[in-house]
Amino acid sequence: MVEIVLPAPPRRRPWGNLALQAALVVVVGGLAYGAYVNAADNLSKANIASGFRFWNNTAGFDISQTLIDYSPSTSTFGRAFWVGLLNTLLIAALGIVLATVLGFAIGIARLSRNWLVSHLAGGYVELIRNIPLLLQILFWYNAVLKALPDLRSSFALPGGVFLNNRGLFLPRPQFGAGFSYGLAAFMLGVMATVALRVWTHRRQDRTGEPPRILPYVLALIVAFPLVVFFLAGAPLHFSFPAMGRFNVLGGTEILPEFAALLLALSLYTAAFIAEVVRAGVLSVPHGQTEAAQALGLRSGSTLRLVVVPQAMRVIVPPLTSQYLNLIKNSSLAVAIGYPDLVQVFAGSVLNITGQAVEVIAITMAVYLFISLVTSLLMNLYGHAVGIVER
Amino acid sequence: MAAAEKIYLRQTPAAPLPPPATRAGILGWMRANLFSSPLNIALTIVCAGFILWVAPQLLRFFIFDAVWSGADRQACLASPQHPDVGACWAFIRVWSSYFVYGFYPAADRWRVDLFFFALAFGIVWVAWLGAPRRGLGAVYLFVVLPVLSYVLLSGLPLLGLENVPTTQWGGILVTIVVATVGIAASLPLGILLALGRRSAMPAVRFFSVIFIEFVRGVPLITVLFMASVMLPLFVPDRFSPDKLVRALIGVALFASAYMAEVVRGGLVSISRGQYEAAQALGLPYWRMMGLVILPQALQVTLPNIVNTFIGLFKDTTLVFIVGIFDFLRTIEAARGDPHWITPVTSVTGYAFAALFYFVCCYGMSRYARNVEARLARAHRR
Repeated sequence: MVEIVLPAPPRRRPWGNLALQAALVVVVGGLAYGAYVNAADNLSKANIASGFRFWNNTAGFDISQTLIDYSPSTSTFGRAFWVGLLNTLLIAALGIVLATVLGFAIGIARLSRNWLVSHLAGGYVELIRNIPLLLQILFWYNAVLKALPDLRSSFALPGGVFLNNRGLFLPRPQFGAGFSYGLAAFMLGVMATVALRVWTHRRQDRTGEPPRILPYVLALIVAFPLVVFFLAGAPLHFSFPAMGRFNVLGGTEILPEFAALLLALSLYTAAFIAEVVRAGVLSVPHGQTEAAQALGLRSGSTLRLVVVPQAMRVIVPPLTSQYLNLIKNSSLAVAIGYPDLVQVFAGSVLNITGQAVEVIAITMAVYLFISLVTSLLMNLYGHAVGIVER
Repeated sequence: MAAAEKIYLRQTPAAPLPPPATRAGILGWMRANLFSSPLNIALTIVCAGFILWVAPQLLRFFIFDAVWSGADRQACLASPQHPDVGACWAFIRVWSSYFVYGFYPAADRWRVDLFFFALAFGIVWVAWLGAPRRGLGAVYLFVVLPVLSYVLLSGLPLLGLENVPTTQWGGILVTIVVATVGIAASLPLGILLALGRRSAMPAVRFFSVIFIEFVRGVPLITVLFMASVMLPLFVPDRFSPDKLVRALIGVALFASAYMAEVVRGGLVSISRGQYEAAQALGLPYWRMMGLVILPQALQVTLPNIVNTFIGLFKDTTLVFIVGIFDFLRTIEAARGDPHWITPVTSVTGYAFAALFYFVCCYGMSRYARNVEARLARAHRR
């Protein structure tokens, strides 16, 4: 038997690799050190303090939308940071909800067998995706919302709502003493519904009896809390906005900056989500649908039990990255002056303190933190829904 | 005789009947695609109603009622003889050279035109898959053109081209410069970073991963802020770079991190056998990558690369926020011109900008789709 002698694998040159890496470390370290020395030099020349002591200094500038108490004369830069961060999170949370709803609707519309519907949805996606988001934000803000009539000739919408170029003025709900009973009843109803659903599904597994729970659900979630609410004396009132001479008094105001940003972000991200959804649904082989039909499932059940669960596995990872994009894109708020994290912190605070390095580092750290946490959750989800290969 | 007359024998085949009108042709198509079920009928009616409601308004606003010429805002204001004013295209016409060149000196604008032409030539050379000597085209685009553009745009007094400071650049010129520099820098940097991320050397891998994940985790606007506010702090005073250069650095670094991930996707898709075959031939690392792996990886991922370019092109608008006069910023500046303030000026300006970006981005995405279809054809056996 002839023994095949393999030639020795080519010798690696470990010293060359090591030298390359060492050189890289030295160069990066040198650049960092040089940057540090220059920054210290430049900052001391410009008389700018360093460190994070500014965090507790009084801010002294006003912010147009604050979810927590904030006053320019007493609140600190740190407080301003939290105000900005909360505003970013608010717009991100609402934007994600709206973009998801709209994106799923458009993505499914693109797959419709109705020619008109699918092409209308396709046209929307192409139009929105190919125009820069910043342009869309400016359009909604300057050309639509700021072009609304001024205070004197506001639109009076039904329900005591006013719309003018200063924003949308809504009635502000005022909760009376017994309102928490109604809320508790609602929570109770939701919990009972979940329990009912689990029970009927177990019963279906056991006996095959289909779970028909809709009337019970309506009774538990809608009727029961309403009855409790009215028994407690309907403790909910609204303070309606009223037209003052120079301003609208009372009510809740939605700033045009907020509305424009929310609108543009949701519409823009929805177009991308629609593509994600379409790709996800198309990724489920048609054989799955046919198999479900062969088993006698109706088209609704086919979608709900067979297609959607499989599509979701493909949809969720790119969907998350769209959510991250939305969060990052919300920083474009700075262009129209919505007080988000970047506008308040990397804008106003940076301009007042001049501490560019610290301020930008904190701002970036926040976005990095959000990104990392989201990817972590994403990975957990991926493990949860991944196919268990046999 | 009488019996023979009664024999009937058909001599020619009967002409085929037309298909039932409800199954074929335009009616059949409508039945299948628009009116197949009650739900579809309802959807069709709603959509058709929507289109019939919106389309005429858009056409009226942008074409029929639009003002095509005029000297100032009076032309675009509603008047008794012209009660419905549409888009004010006259405004765009008057400001058009500002939108293209910014404050670039009028006498030197031929240099910008020449730059546009040289760029378009290079792009067609490389992007047209049937063009001759595309390798040479790439050299032209990535080596010759940058030098040529720098000389043309910034000026070289030796050649009699006067220096034009970047503060005078603006409009589409700046948008194109930012986009092309971003693209030209991000592709090689992205390839290096992608290779670094898959490298066997821990230090190289570490720095690549940190850079890519850091940049992808933060918004572009913070990177631009960093480039425009922090970069001047990090270098000695006398080297403090030009404002436009700072933004270019920010955009290029940002885009290269995204490009790295796209290229990495291409590298991952190349089967191990290709690496092993190249190593079996005794190719050292760089020749293995340059001759075997990268050509395949880049071709597979070309549509994604173009999509990254589209994203980058749209992202160039963000330099607006750090005070650079790109196309969008010139629109913003012009629409505030008191000579032209009318209720329709803003809408017209934004519509014009949207048209420009849409044409560029849609063109690129169609190109990516064509290449994708071609690749799919090549893989189909």
